[in-house]
This record gives sequence, structure tokens and C-alpha cells, in this order.
Amino acid sequence: MTDKTVQANPSEKKDNKFDLRQVFEGSYNTLLPLLAIFTGLVIGAIVIAGTDVTVIAAWKNFFQAPGAAFAATWTSIATAYGALFGGSLGNPRDIVAGIQVYFSTGDSAALLKAIYPLSESLTTATPYIFAGLAVAVGFRCGLFNIGAEGQFFMGALGSVFVGYSLQGLPAFIHLPLALLGGIAAGAIWGAIPGYLKARFGAHEVVNTIMMNWIGFRLSDWLLNGPMKSPGFRPVTRNIAESAQLPHFFADPLRVNWGFILALLVAWLIYWLLFKTTIGFEIRTVGANPDAAKYAGVNIVRNFVLAMVISGGLAGLSGASQVLGVDHWVGQGFSAGYGFDAIAIALLGKSHPFGVVLAALLFGVLRGGATRMQSLAGIPVDIISIIQGLVIVFVAAPDIIRWLYRIRPAEKHALQSRG
Amino acid sequence: MPVLELRGITKTFPGVKANQDIDLTLEKGEIHALLGENGAGKTTLMNILYGLYKPDKGEILINDQKVDIEGPNDAIARGIGMVHQHFMLVPVMTVTENVMLGNETTKSGVFLDREKVAQRIREISDQYGLEVDPNAYIKDLPVGIQQRVEIIKVLYRQADILILDEPTAVLTPQEVDGLFKIIHSLIASGKSLIFITHKLKEVLHIANRITVLRLGQVVGSAIPGEVDEQKLAEMMVGREVNLVVEKKISQPKEVVLKVKDLHVNDERGNPAVNGLNLDVHAGEVVGVAGVQGNGQTELVYALTGLLPLKSGTIHLSGKDIHKATPRQIIEQGVAHVPEDRQKHGLVLSFPLLDNMVLCTYYKSPFARGVNMQEKVIAENGSMLVKQFDVRTPSIFVAASTLSGGNQQKVIVAREFSRPIKLLIASQPTRGLDVGSIEYIHSRIIEKRDEGTAVLVVSSELDEIIALSDRIAVMYRGKIVDILPAGATKEHLGLLMAGVKPEDIPDSAKKKSAGPVEKVF
Repeated sequence: MTDKTVQANPSEKKDNKFDLRQVFEGSYNTLLPLLAIFTGLVIGAIVIAGTDVTVIAAWKNFFQAPGAAFAATWTSIATAYGALFGGSLGNPRDIVAGIQVYFSTGDSAALLKAIYPLSESLTTATPYIFAGLAVAVGFRCGLFNIGAEGQFFMGALGSVFVGYSLQGLPAFIHLPLALLGGIAAGAIWGAIPGYLKARFGAHEVVNTIMMNWIGFRLSDWLLNGPMKSPGFRPVTRNIAESAQLPHFFADPLRVNWGFILALLVAWLIYWLLFKTTIGFEIRTVGANPDAAKYAGVNIVRNFVLAMVISGGLAGLSGASQVLGVDHWVGQGFSAGYGFDAIAIALLGKSHPFGVVLAALLFGVLRGGATRMQSLAGIPVDIISIIQGLVIVFVAAPDIIRWLYRIRPAEKHALQSRG
Repeated sequence: MPVLELRGITKTFPGVKANQDIDLTLEKGEIHALLGENGAGKTTLMNILYGLYKPDKGEILINDQKVDIEGPNDAIARGIGMVHQHFMLVPVMTVTENVMLGNETTKSGVFLDREKVAQRIREISDQYGLEVDPNAYIKDLPVGIQQRVEIIKVLYRQADILILDEPTAVLTPQEVDGLFKIIHSLIASGKSLIFITHKLKEVLHIANRITVLRLGQVVGSAIPGEVDEQKLAEMMVGREVNLVVEKKISQPKEVVLKVKDLHVNDERGNPAVNGLNLDVHAGEVVGVAGVQGNGQTELVYALTGLLPLKSGTIHLSGKDIHKATPRQIIEQGVAHVPEDRQKHGLVLSFPLLDNMVLCTYYKSPFARGVNMQEKVIAENGSMLVKQFDVRTPSIFVAASTLSGGNQQKVIVAREFSRPIKLLIASQPTRGLDVGSIEYIHSRIIEKRDEGTAVLVVSSELDEIIALSDRIAVMYRGKIVDILPAGATKEHLGLLMAGVKPEDIPDSAKKKSAGPVEKVF
């Protein structure tokens, strides 16, 4: 079995269980998303400076005071991005000071205040991770699940129902049940388009969009009818405390066990996709359905399975938001998590670990946006512009290659030999 | 004065010297064959000439003028036209529309002037005997005619230097003859031609001059009258090559595959196999000869579970498999080397080690429960790469990075390495170089000698004759006759063309008195 002549000695690369090859499929694939993010931020900076009246005024006087023009530009960008990242990651000085206070006096208030921005970013990233994984699993099977938003909604409703309707259960039973309620509702919402595709060849893009609308209207009805809490507003009752994902810190810090769960699930999906026969089948169907059929893989079953997993993850995304943060569901509950998830899956190259990183980035951008608006007067929409740019650059890597004069991947050159 | 001259062309890709100091001249009215194995650098050289790559070193002269070719459009403007191995045609458009594409002739600026282009196509078609209907849709045309459309595209753009990249790889013997006629009429009207191939017989048949490439370098040039196939093959491969498949008389045993009154529709629902009967015994190779499109593809798909049967039965070692799924058929010991290796045979984006277990990934020892055993899979990959001589930098590279011959070896390695009782090989050496063909043929015979029943489907008559113990000729979805191994090409050719077995003249059944023909 062992051989010395073939360069690829399996033991040297396969010994470490954590296989970096599969994490990013080569540094080349890591470089492009990073450059895409960087370029997005640079162009975002140009937009910020270009729309700032002080900067414009300074540039009008460029010939009288050229230094002032540059200074104003720099100040504008630095203030905006300072507020953005300060508002999402916290101020390192405050954090260090907080730690010192905590260790010298045992008073954690300053520390908690300092890490509040970070907590908010992680809180926002949590549903993004689940939803990004949902879309990524679909992509891996060659399916474009645009229905993550609807599945997110159904998952939220499923978990909130289990959360408020069952009372008096211990948390170690109630919480898993509530999470399962969310997974099941999302999985059903994903399974329907999956089955329609497998059975009738109906395109999943069309059907998942339709399922979104059915989900939205269904939730409108549920929130105004069967699930409505007493009172005027179309909202559900609060879930029982036993169904809540515990927070790590006292209020107002909202980061909760959902974040840890998200990381665990990302690991689980990585394992499923790359270490099991189930994932091998899903990826084979996604990469080459003809070869999958040739190899005896049941394509129909894998379409349904991938959509069930995808829907379940999107449902879990909704559940994490309900059980970890909101504790109830109202109309217009989602802030477009399911749609941003498509961007996250793209940015993360449909790899679970890439998705986690992309979701963290989105969490940071979203988390800091509010503070940027209040501190620097930059509209929140600039974040959408930056996100949009990053996605464009990820989806059209040739732009990045051209910008940074990167040679195409080696395999293109090799492929054209002979 | 040469119409084209390449001097000292060098091109390096990361880790590969694709072209090294290559000189090449093309005279007016000449057919210059560029011969070399897959990966020898033929396509790279032509892509440089076509402006797709920039050479690291060297110069290109057209009509004694030094030129810098900026890209395909520039190449076309300078009279260089390329007919690619994989056609660049839009199937749902007509011939005219495809020819116009990218160079549209318009009326009053916005409306396509189809009639004018169609007229021009008719003129070109008549001039060179191409016989192409400008109003036909590409998807309705056979491969041979599609290739002629590609040639028309090039002529329409007034190319004087034509590059044909492996033009015969996808053609039937009849279509090859047709192509050669066209080539002669092109030359007669003053065009010059570079003919890229790895098929020795063709080269000797059609070329005026032959340049042989190996590992990115010119290893020699020759004139057809002065060399023979053996010599060319040795130049190409760099060692002595055995052109004839050596095999003993077969020892057929029990029936493994029994097909009775098989009817199969193709993917569009049209009848493709109409009442086919065939037996394949253990330890024999049955070759299915026939012009492409006579139901061979559908026969193989039906046998391997990829297409449903309309009626009839298929028995494998006495077991009825006419309703079995591909997986059930694989598990009963059927190996399938598919006709289209990139479509069915490989997941191109997967690394080699995963492609090596494409059909067995779920079985012990490759999986325990749902857990894939990466170490075992990697060991299996390295072992097969070594055993089947797959040229690859590593088992972790994607299958897409390999040359066609090595991709085929990956499939052969995978299919041959598990216990099988029936091997179905469809076009097993299509588009491969001499070295790989020799290798794959000997492996197939090895399997036969181990007692495997082998069904070979090929549109290359030479291949069928070289491998088969019995030759079944397929015509319009039926086996019209089964001939013993010694059958003549004329006899087979007439059957393939639809002549009834009883109408074959005796003269066609006898071997010609001349020297014994070499296979290939």
C-alpha cells in the first residue's frame, strides 16, 4: 500500500484531522474574498468622503489650502470607520481598562460596558451563521435556496409556539424542544420546494420564492389570529423562560448560547459535508449530477435531503433569534436575514468556516452601523453599499484579479496544456 | 516564402515548460501536421499563435512580417482561423446565425441580414464541397456537419491559415473521409493548414510535413513517405511502442450478459434501440461496431441503468436487471467506462482520490457507517495512481487539471480495481494518445484473460478489430450481424452502412492480398 515514488504521500497531509485544504481550498481562494472586503471598504470610504459636506467644502478650497482638503477627507473617513468598528468591536482601551477595574475591584460594570459593542455584533452574527450555512448547504448540492427568509420566519414561529405553549418544563427539555420546533418548521418549508424539484422538476428558485410569500402571509394570519397574544398588537406571547437560550452576561448584553450553538452547528455541517458519505453524495450531486447518477447516487433523494437540511438550518436561524434575543415574534420580525444569508454563503465560498467568518463580518458591519450613524452622521445605508460591493467583487472575481494584477489560478494554465 | 513562421517560441506555466524553443514553418498550400501526445504542448503552441497566450520568448512571422498577436480577433484579422476540438456553437441557433455571431452583418444598422450571410455560406459550401444547409439548426446536425460549420465560420472570416485542433477525434470513419476531402479542396484553393493530432495513420495519410512534439520540445520532423507509424510513435512517446494489441485466443465460458429483444428510447423519447439481442460470455471481448448514433449510447445507458427500458430483458449471470438502478447494477459487478468521461466519468472539481472512490465511497473500507475513511481513501488513491500510471503532481489535485489521457486512466483505474464480472467500455480511448491507448487496450485484454466479460463500444473500427473476439455490428438500433475476430474492414464497413448480411459480396469478406494491415 505504501509507496515512495508518488509525491502525494497521504500520511503527511491527512494526519491532521483539521484539513486546511478543505477549509479554503488553497490560499488563492482565501485571498480573493479578503481583497473583495478590502476593496469594498476602500470604495465605501470614497463614498463616505464624497458625500460629506465638510469634505466637499474643503476640496473646493483645494488650491488655497490643499492640506486641509486631505485632512478633512482623512478625518471624515477615520471618524466614520472609527465609529463603525468602535461601535461593533468596542474600544480596546476601554476593554483593557475594564479588565483592570474588574481584577482590582471585582466590579464588572466597566468591562461589560466596554464589550457591549462586541456582544451586539456577535448577537447579530448568530442568526447570520445559521442562515449562511443554510444557503451554503443548498449551493453544495447545486440548489439555490432563496427561501431562507421564509424558512427563517417559519422557524421563528415554530420555536416561539413551542416556547410559549409549553409551560412548566425543565429547561433541558424545553429549550431543545423549542429549537427542534424551529428546525422542523424550517425543514418542512424547505422540503416542499425540494420535493417539487425532485418529483416534478420544478425549479427551486421559483418555488422557494413562492414559499417565502406563503410563509410571510401565513405568519401575518397566525400573528393576527391563532398565535396572537391578548392585546392590540399582532405579536405572540413571550416564551417561557425555560425555552430561552441563556445569555452570558447580565442585560443589556444580549450575546447568548445561540452563538456557541452556531459555531457547533458550523462544525457539524463541515463534518457532514466533508467527512461523511451523506456529504459526499450531496457534493457530488452539486458538482456533477450526471456523474452522480452514473455512480449510483440517488439524485432525487439528495435534492430533498439538502433542502431539508437547508430549511432546517434557516429555521434554526429564526429559532436562535427568538429564543436567544427577542423572546417573541411580531410582524416584520426578520431584518432580511435570509436574504443576507445568500451573500454570506457566497462570500464564505459555501464552506462552513468561510460562512462563519463572513457572518462575523456582516455582524460587525451591522452592529457598528447604528453607532456610525449616531456618532459620525453617516447613514446606515452605507453599510448596505459596502456589503453590496463586497458581494459584487466576490461574485465577479475577475474585477479583483484585474485590480490587483493577480494571475488566474494555476489550474487554468495546466488545463490548457496539450 | 513561408506564410507562417514561428521562431524559438517558449512558454512556461508555473511548474510546467509547455513550449520550449519551438520553430515551425508553414508553406503556402501545405498541410503541416503537428503530432504529439496529450500534454506535449501542441494546444499551447496553437493558443499562442491564436493570441490566447503571450509567449515568454520567440517571435511569430506572417508572410515574413514580424507580428504581435494581441488576441483571437487580431489573429482572425491576420488571416488565422482556428477550428477547436470542442465546437463553439450555439445549439439552438441556425448555421447562419452561428456563422454571423460576433461579426453580424446588418441591414440599416440594426436588423440582421441573414439572407446575405446565408448566401455567402452557400457559396463557401459549394466551393469546398461542404454541403451545409445554412438554415438548419445546429442541434439537429450530426457532429461531422457541426465541424463543417466551424470550418465555414473560419472561412467566412477569410482565413488563409487554418488550424484544426484534433479534428478527427469526434468523427466516424466516414466523416473523417469527408473531412479529408474538404481539406484537399481547401489546399487546392491556396489555403494553408496546421493539423493537430495524435493519430499516426491520419498524419501519414494527409500531411505534407510532420513535426513531432514531446514534452514541449520539437523532437523531429518528417515527410510521410520517409517514415512509418512505428517510427512516428516512437518519436512521439520517446520509447518503443507496441502498436498491435497482443492477445491469446479467447477462452469464452458461461454467458454473463444476456440481452433479449431490447427496446430503448433516447433521452428525447425517440426509439434508439429496436429489438436488440446480444450475449457476452465470460472471458471474451465483444466489440460493438457501428456508425455513431445507431443506438450504441442508449444500449450502454440501458445496460448500466442510466436509461429506462421500453421493453425486453437484460440478464446478468442469470439475474434479471432490467429494472435495476445504477447502484444495484454496479453492486452486481458491472464496471462502466463511460463514453463521455467529463460528463459521467468524473467529478472534475473533486480531487483524484475522491474520483477514485466515486462508485464505492459508501462501502467498507472507504466508509464506516457514514464516516468516510480519509486515510484509506488516500492510500487507495496513491496506490491506483501508481498502479495505473496516472501522471499527476498529487492525488489532491482536481481531476480537471489532468490531461484527457490521464483523466481516462483515473476512470479505468477506478472501474478496473474493484471486483467485476462485466466490463462495459464505451469509446475507451477516444481522444487519447498512442501511449495511453496502448496501455488501456492491454488492460482491457488483461481483464478478459482474468475471466471478465467485456463489451467494447467504439466508433473506431481499428479499435474494435484490435480488441474484439467477436464483432457485433449495430445498425439502426439492432445487431445486424456478428462476425468473428478475423473479419475484414470492408465487410464491417458495408454492414455498418446498412447493407444486409446476405447482400455482402464474397470479395469483401476476404482479406486483401497486400501486406497485413496494422491496427490503429
